[in-house]
Amino acid sequence: MNTFKVPTMAEMTAEGKSPEVLFWVGCAGSFDDRAKSITKAIARILHHAKVDFAVLGAEESCTGDPAKRAGNEFLFQMQAAQNIAVLNGYGIKKIVTGCPHCFNVMKNEYPELGGDYKVMHHSQFIASLISEGKLTLADDHPFKGRRITFHDPCYLGRGNGEYEAPRSVIEALDAELVEMRNCKSKGLCCGAGGAQMFKEAEKGDKEINDKRTEDAIATSATIVATGCPFCNTMMTDGVKSAEKTGSIDVKDIAEMIATAANILPE
Amino acid sequence: MIAQLIFAVMFGTGIFFFSKRVAFIRRNINMGRDIDLSDRKAERWKTMARVAVGQSKMVTRPVAGILHILVYVGFVIINLEMMEIVIDGFLGTHRIFSSIGPIYGILIAAFEFLALGVLVACVVFLLRRNLIGLARFKSKEMGGWPSLDANIILVTEILLMFAFLSMNAADSIAISRELEHYMGMANLEGAFPISQYFVLLYSGLNDVGLIFAERGFWWFHIAGVLAFLVYIPYSKHFHILLAFPNTYYSNLDESGRLDNMAAVKKEVDLMMDPTADPYATPPPSADGGEPEAPPCFGVKDGADLTWKQIMESYSCTECGRCTSVCPANLTGKVLSPRKIMMDCRDRMDDIGENRDSNGGEFKDDGKMLVGDYVSEEEIWACTSCQACVEACPININPMGIILDMRRSLIMEDSKSPDPITTMFNNIENNGAPWAFPAASRGDWIRD
Repeated sequence: MNTFKVPTMAEMTAEGKSPEVLFWVGCAGSFDDRAKSITKAIARILHHAKVDFAVLGAEESCTGDPAKRAGNEFLFQMQAAQNIAVLNGYGIKKIVTGCPHCFNVMKNEYPELGGDYKVMHHSQFIASLISEGKLTLADDHPFKGRRITFHDPCYLGRGNGEYEAPRSVIEALDAELVEMRNCKSKGLCCGAGGAQMFKEAEKGDKEINDKRTEDAIATSATIVATGCPFCNTMMTDGVKSAEKTGSIDVKDIAEMIATAANILPE
Repeated sequence: MIAQLIFAVMFGTGIFFFSKRVAFIRRNINMGRDIDLSDRKAERWKTMARVAVGQSKMVTRPVAGILHILVYVGFVIINLEMMEIVIDGFLGTHRIFSSIGPIYGILIAAFEFLALGVLVACVVFLLRRNLIGLARFKSKEMGGWPSLDANIILVTEILLMFAFLSMNAADSIAISRELEHYMGMANLEGAFPISQYFVLLYSGLNDVGLIFAERGFWWFHIAGVLAFLVYIPYSKHFHILLAFPNTYYSNLDESGRLDNMAAVKKEVDLMMDPTADPYATPPPSADGGEPEAPPCFGVKDGADLTWKQIMESYSCTECGRCTSVCPANLTGKVLSPRKIMMDCRDRMDDIGENRDSNGGEFKDDGKMLVGDYVSEEEIWACTSCQACVEACPININPMGIILDMRRSLIMEDSKSPDPITTMFNNIENNGAPWAFPAASRGDWIRD
């Protein structure tokens, strides 16, 4: 990030400022190389749209989602208590995150444990920035007219009923949005949820991400749009094993918007 | 008079065995853990009206959905006719409601159309199950009893509808021949729009044979209905009753939300409280007696399920929509959400029978729901994608049960696949599921 510095809550607080929005990066967005470029795109978008935001940096910790879905409620609640103490300490009111799992946990499970925030998925936040005119896209960007299919993350779509925000973002790109055979409430999982990301799949006759990639390939889309770093990994692997790398790109909607707005460093 | 007596005995026997079985299931449901679902009553009624009464989730698959509505509407409305049949049976009368006016003929005609609808739908269902062989009816867990159960239900309904229409056909011939007991039936003009095509089957009979046929079908029909009544609570067909309370008690939260375990919250609060004394004796129980035993976490055996989850297991009619959308199942893994529901029900049946034969107290039978019915391999294959929850036409939540089983495996038995243990350790040590140092979390900012 050479053109601007992403501020942390600690720095902002030291300056006596309290930003309007906390950008919750999540573990994948912080550590996974592929997901980091999504994180940077989101940060660029927030900066470009002049959103008053900060990140927690080293003070952020896992929300506990994979522990909870793997049955370790203790670990989840310990993580939740720790994060809620930090969030409440900074007086956070509004959170934007690039991870549907973090989004779901903080939106639905933290309130009962003392953490009540307005939590938005980045697709929702970007959609609102576009509709408020705070984000303008270049006249000539590479996604115009491209055939794009959107893979619904389970914890954004089925889990929280948000199907439209990511689609409206793709439509703002003036692209051709095509749906897979199973989409929205019937969308097939990428295979990463429920802590599957961190283990080998059980014995079967196929990998789930390969099956989902078949759905995507069948649309003859040239871009598979995602809204989740884990879906992104799974679909990228699926495209690779279908030997379609090069003809099908897997991109997060934030990356596409940042490219289309011409705000990524060369 | 003798006929009335036989009818009364038959009727009483049917009701007795039905109630006995329902009471058994009720006791099983009550063995479950308590969960408070007494909130948001208006929303609950609305959910039940939409999902159970209105069949809103059935029609997401139009063919099965519309056929199911034919059977459902037919079943509900033809039961009005059952009232007349029962009263006739007790009083020894014939078509006691026929004097209510021309509406009677219209009603009977409507019942006939509905009966035809049920008949056609059940025949198509039989073909779908046995000839077309849809994938979801061929899964491993559907072998033996579950498939037989489904076929028994469909054949019974076909026989009952056939008897109902045949009874009307024979009746209409008897009326036209002005036989004794069949004379003076008012308001039957146009009452037999469907059974008129059955007339040919019985018009060759002489008067005695005809009366024999009409009475025969009447008795076959009511005996069949009573036998079916007893059969229903032993069968997956019990969904026709439990679908209603089961949808009333639906999860009304976002399906992505998983409950925060209160027992764990208590422990975590204690750990976070610097003034807490870890060696303090536990407080006495609510009634002042011995301190309550610490709760066990998650679901290991049947009685660890909540009463709602047990109710779900008895509400499941094994349609398999959950399994047909499960990503694990679709890719050949052993997990089938439908099997999880069937296993929970089978375990509760076993626990219930054990309890009743041991004077109301369950005696350890050396079995556990997790391990003996559901394998760890099944439990770990779930991606928690909620497709099964979304697909269930009566809002059953198999995923919730699977994740509760994981809770028991982890928090009671510390049994997890190695990579999951590593993931836990990473989160505990460095706040991320991978082994990256916590301090480098913000490094992307400087990249």
